Amino acid sequence: MVERRPFLTFLSHAVLIMGILIVSLPVWLALVASTHGETAFTGGTIPMLPGGEGWRNYSTMLGKGISTSGAPPLAAMMLNSLIMALGIAFGKIAISILSAFAIVYFRFPLRQLAFWTIFITLMLPVEVRILPTFKVVADLGLLNSYAGLTIPLIASATATFLFRQVFMTIPNELMEAARMDGAGPWRFFKDILVPLSRTNMAALFVILFIYGWNQYIWPLLITTDARFYTIVAAIKRMADVADALPQWNFVMAAVILAMVPPVVVVIGMQRLFVKGLIETEK
Amino acid sequence: MAAITLKGLGKSYGSGYAVEGVDLTIADGEFVVLVGPSGCGKSTLLRMIAGLETVTKGDILIGERRVNDVEPAERDIAMVFQNYALYPHMSVRQNLSYGLKNRGMSKAEIDTRITKAAETLELGAYLDRKPRALSGGQRQRVAMGRAIVREPQAFLFDEPLSNLDAKLRVTMRSEIRQLQRRLGTTSVYVTHDQVEAMTLADRLVVLNAGRIEQIGSPLEVYTHPASAFVASFIGAPAMNLLPVRLMSGALAMGDQRIDLPPGLLPPGLPEGAGLLLGIRPEAAVLADTGLGFDIAVSHVEELGAARIVYGQVGGQSLVVQVQAGQDIAPQMRVSFPAAALRLFRADTGKALT
Repeated sequence: MVERRPFLTFLSHAVLIMGILIVSLPVWLALVASTHGETAFTGGTIPMLPGGEGWRNYSTMLGKGISTSGAPPLAAMMLNSLIMALGIAFGKIAISILSAFAIVYFRFPLRQLAFWTIFITLMLPVEVRILPTFKVVADLGLLNSYAGLTIPLIASATATFLFRQVFMTIPNELMEAARMDGAGPWRFFKDILVPLSRTNMAALFVILFIYGWNQYIWPLLITTDARFYTIVAAIKRMADVADALPQWNFVMAAVILAMVPPVVVVIGMQRLFVKGLIETEK
Repeated sequence: MAAITLKGLGKSYGSGYAVEGVDLTIADGEFVVLVGPSGCGKSTLLRMIAGLETVTKGDILIGERRVNDVEPAERDIAMVFQNYALYPHMSVRQNLSYGLKNRGMSKAEIDTRITKAAETLELGAYLDRKPRALSGGQRQRVAMGRAIVREPQAFLFDEPLSNLDAKLRVTMRSEIRQLQRRLGTTSVYVTHDQVEAMTLADRLVVLNAGRIEQIGSPLEVYTHPASAFVASFIGAPAMNLLPVRLMSGALAMGDQRIDLPPGLLPPGLPEGAGLLLGIRPEAAVLADTGLGFDIAVSHVEELGAARIVYGQVGGQSLVVQVQAGQDIAPQMRVSFPAAALRLFRADTGKALT
């Protein structure tokens, strides 16, 4: 709809700006809090402008952590989160693109059964199967390990379905042409399918990275060793101190730091991300 | 180059045959066109030759080799697809070289072949473009280029021109013909467009409901259609097929009586036998030369070079094509040379003349 009326333009901008303000106010407050001293946010009036303690707060969090809340240095936890998010994103993409390839291009016995089995896992996210999954992971001795953090989250159907849709839009003639050109299944996959789903992979990567980074319950459950804490789960530990006030300046510094990597990924891959979601030409 | 032989070829998708009993020998270097209405099995037949469909019964031989169970890539044939099927993420050069690279050909040899093909098809300027930056006609050329760089035993074309606009189709049609003549590669071409079929073919194979109706040169098929189906399918406007009855040596159609010259009717037909009288619209003469009808003209289509007259005779509609500028009266006499008349059995559709 294209309408050229100044009032409507003004109105739509006003609504958008309001929305942005509402969404960004808490983020701004977190940023402000992370630059003040310990008492600024517990003193009754909340400062709206950044203070001068930013450098100290951030370097303390990154380097030493806060021992009273049992939080190790943030840098290590961010690395754990990064390993977990990347592991989930790459693992999921690799597994689901292969399974989608099998489902779309091969006729094997029990293909429909395989398809529906994958489909059913859509209804079973980690939160639903948390007890049996914990038991399995524990029995496999994967508590407090990167494998335990990532593998249970890798198995899911959403990405498989996305790739299935992508593959189904690729004309059949392309596969036939490749067959005539002497490309076997693996070559066809590597030379044609993977390049053609590049943008979809990028879009999926962004979604899965954020999904992996923001995991909360699962890491909280299976990590008891501080070496494997992830930052999102650790924020909760920091805010939950027993006999003292939470050190909001440090907690908020952690919050801001936890936001940075997803933001970087989104901004860095924005162009591919949008292309992967809207591109239809094949 | 090689001949292609099909022996009793059949394809079934579970219930009934989509293609059945196809016997055809395509000579080395010949251009054969498979033509028929949609669903007649022509594409299935081509895809069986290509190896993209399995063979239910019968044999396919390329040269002397039985290829029923040979992978498409090993049959040494190249195919041009209806929607071109170019790899969208590869440049024209990569599209052309992909099949050669997969066969382990040396880089130098690939380059020579691509240069040669690009020259033949005037693709030189586009080699580094992606398919999406090309027009329909250029994509079509790239698809052909991908076939010719392979230097295969045979080309298979699956309605390659149907995605082009009418004007380009005519140009590309003659280009394909010339290219095939020059390369002398055995070619099988599938189309539903009878003009394309007539202009391209050395030999036409008319298919209907999975079976071969007629094999012959375009002119043979046009002048001596083997069945009423072929008669109505080949030629535009389509041949008139008038249901008539044999009455004491003449044909009766409603109240009209047509006396046939001696010799035109095959002997041994029972009195009262139902026949179809086939008359090409373009064989009509607007004069009384003896053999003809009085028609009531219902309307006239002006084509510039010719006029197509739609009329009624004895309750049947009849189409005749006359030269431009000829006067059309509401009631008029049209005649036909005896040699242009064709008779078919009404029950089986088989030709009698």
